[in-house]
Amino acid sequence: MNDYEMMINAYKDAGGDDIFADSEVAHLVLERDKILGMHAVEGLEVEADKISEDTVKVKVLVKAGYQIKNPVHMCFGVLPKEGRQKIDMNVEVQKNAKVEVVADCVFPNAVKVEHIMDAVINIDDGGNYIYKEHHFHGDNGGVEVIAKSDINVEANGKLVTKFDLLEGRVGKIDFDYKANIAEHGTVEMLARISGQKNDLIKIREAAHLNGESARGILDSKIALKDQAEAEIYNELTADAAEAMGHVDCTEIIKDQAIARAIPIVDVRHPEAKVTHEAAIGSVDSTQLQTLMSRGLDEEEASDVIIQGLLND
Amino acid sequence: MSKLLEVKNLHLKIEDTEILKGIEFSLEKGEVFALIGPNGCGKSTLAYTLMGINKYHPQKGEMYFKGEKINDLKITERAKKGITLAWQEPARYQGVTVREFLALGLKSKGEEVTEEKLRDALNKVAINPYQYLNRFVDKSLSGGERKRIELASLILMHPELIILDEPDSGVDVVALNNIAEMINYFKESGSGILLITHSEEMLKYADQAALVCEGEIIRQGNPADISEYFKSFCYPCAKEEECETEVAS
Ligand SMILES: Nc1ncnc2c1ncn2[C@@H]1O[C@H](COP(=O)(O)OP(=O)(O)O)[C@@H](O)[C@H]1O
Ligand SMILES: [Mg+2]
Repeated sequence: MNDYEMMINAYKDAGGDDIFADSEVAHLVLERDKILGMHAVEGLEVEADKISEDTVKVKVLVKAGYQIKNPVHMCFGVLPKEGRQKIDMNVEVQKNAKVEVVADCVFPNAVKVEHIMDAVINIDDGGNYIYKEHHFHGDNGGVEVIAKSDINVEANGKLVTKFDLLEGRVGKIDFDYKANIAEHGTVEMLARISGQKNDLIKIREAAHLNGESARGILDSKIALKDQAEAEIYNELTADAAEAMGHVDCTEIIKDQAIARAIPIVDVRHPEAKVTHEAAIGSVDSTQLQTLMSRGLDEEEASDVIIQGLLND
Repeated sequence: MSKLLEVKNLHLKIEDTEILKGIEFSLEKGEVFALIGPNGCGKSTLAYTLMGINKYHPQKGEMYFKGEKINDLKITERAKKGITLAWQEPARYQGVTVREFLALGLKSKGEEVTEEKLRDALNKVAINPYQYLNRFVDKSLSGGERKRIELASLILMHPELIILDEPDSGVDVVALNNIAEMINYFKESGSGILLITHSEEMLKYADQAALVCEGEIIRQGNPADISEYFKSFCYPCAKEEECETEVAS
């Protein structure tokens, strides 16, 4: 089996759809600094260049007015036990263009793997970018993900990110996302993560609603067990009329897990409004005991509740 | 033959406060036993104690289900024997669909989950399966919808003893009629029902009734007699002189 086949297999094992032979679907496959597959469609440009050892520069451009029909599939990963992958990502969604990207990051054999993503994302007027990122890190806990995003959403633009890591180990993740939103623009950042053993989760998200009627949602749902730890820092600022935002952080902990939530809400306009909700605790006992009164044992009941929360 | 449920001299204290003070009653298969009484008299506490909810473990007295003492059984064990409780305020679950929620009762009994069974149960509680099966059992449901979905899950679980804690509270008239129908349905299918209620209307569906006041059953008998309570929201008892229970309306 060659590298490409191995990557595609790892991707499929992690639940990815097999779309790589479909000429209507754009894709990009990177294993460490190797560009294994790349395909673009009309209205969309994808470029990838190795710029140094372990580092690939990726540029995605959606041209003005193009609504890309099928989600673009990206598959990133490191196959060996050890390795490093750094991606410098530049995304440009031009005026009134629309695209959805589904990224699968797979590190099935990781013992000591580093995955670094540095992204600069610009959504032009009326542009729309949906980014769904699914991670699979294997069972060794040997992955460290360091992701940084600098996001700019112009007037009427929209950005939605949805990150999930629900199976296997997390290892260590450290996110730092910053977004500036202009008038009538929207940002939604969702994270769903299940941590165990000595997994470490650190998320720092900041969205600045700078324009009138800008909207922002920062929503994290985290389930932790064993000695896992999470720290979620959500910052939402609003300084224009009718700007509206909501921060929601729910963390369910078991065993010796530790969860921290630090919501910062900063409003500097009397007609702006930002709300926040943070709940950290064990599984709610009424929810749990209701399911137990239907015949589920405690473990099964708790799984139903946590899975529901993470799928929400 | 032993009774479906038999409760003897049940006492429950939580943090030095006596909440149940010697509750005693029994109920047969296919029978509806109604419990009424003022707010705070201990009706929900009795329901939790029968189900085995955390912290509701009696210090004194016995609970028998089909002749077997259940005091020391855990919630799951009681449920597997055929006892269940529909909470006064049913829990809500983020991200769990009505379909998944209903399927749980079937799965725990090792029964096959089919679309038809799920649809059938929802139709019985006058909930349109096509509109609701994929909805979440979360805050987006109204109180009445949530309560009816709870009843639908009981239909699928088919328990022998159903404890309904104020199934009629917080629901509209349409839902109320439906809940009354469901009580009859459970009864006809052979389940015994402990019906905790605040409504005189619901008493009509009971075979026996008891009035609870301050953790004690102060009167027990046929529902028509017990429903006199609703005239003044009090039934004069031996403790009249020192009574501190507020007469609600
Ligand atoms: N877990 C608890 N801890 C302390 N007091 C409780 C607890 N549960 C119930 N009680 C008290 O017991 C009394 C009976 O409550 P409850 O059973 O809910 O009444 P009802 O359902 O009849 O309205 C109330 O005074 C209530 O405050
Ligand atoms: Mg009550």
